[in-house]
Amino acid sequence: MNGVLTIDRAIVDAIFAHARRDHPDEACGVIAGPAGSDAPTRFIPMDNSARSQTFYQFDSMEHLRVWREMDDNDEEPVVIYHSHTATEAYPSRTDINLAGEPGAHYVLVSTREPGLDEFRSFRIVDGAVTEEKVDIVDAKVDA
Amino acid sequence: MAIEVRVPTILRSYTGGSKTVEGAGDTLIGLIDDLDAKHSGFKGRLITPEGGLHRFVNIYINDEDVRFLGALDAKLNDGDSVTILPAVAGGALGFAAAAALLGR
Repeated sequence: MNGVLTIDRAIVDAIFAHARRDHPDEACGVIAGPAGSDAPTRFIPMDNSARSQTFYQFDSMEHLRVWREMDDNDEEPVVIYHSHTATEAYPSRTDINLAGEPGAHYVLVSTREPGLDEFRSFRIVDGAVTEEKVDIVDAKVDA
Repeated sequence: MAIEVRVPTILRSYTGGSKTVEGAGDTLIGLIDDLDAKHSGFKGRLITPEGGLHRFVNIYINDEDVRFLGALDAKLNDGDSVTILPAVAGGALGFAAAAALLGR
């Protein structure tokens, strides 16, 4: 594995909460971060316009709005996440064929087992999938 | 007439890395042909071999999805801004089945 995704535990928890809420449909969203930082900081759950147990697609108008907002904030989509609800957290052929953000970490979670949280991260560039290490960190809170 | 086009990361290999390019055309397909003349190969990433807008590419004129404006025949005016975004989509379903589901 090359590379690493460093992500706050609160964001991981928010992704799972979204995925469990929408189960058995697939859930999807973005974690934005400052451009060039590789730091996912702003959690943006998106509508799955396909409302399907086996497919997801961002709603085109929400997609435009969120991408404009990121542009205005000098942010980029650091993480693009979605859930698989009956299969493992690994990119399907569909995921690979349709991956259009070569700069993003593609996070897959699986909700197939109620008590088991599967969370994995991949780079998908030109049809090639590379899994990367995930480093979940606890945010430092000033007391 | 000048139309500003915002190019997504994945297509910037065609534009020498530029985030925005300028093009001309009275319709979306006219603009795409103009861009393809300047940035060879660009059109093939947006249009299917059958000549339709690719199912998993979103193109917007100002704030509207072109699918609601006549798709490739959508009219353009001087000063319009065009944004191209690759659809964010996928899922556990096999690709052929997904394509069938989506009526491609």
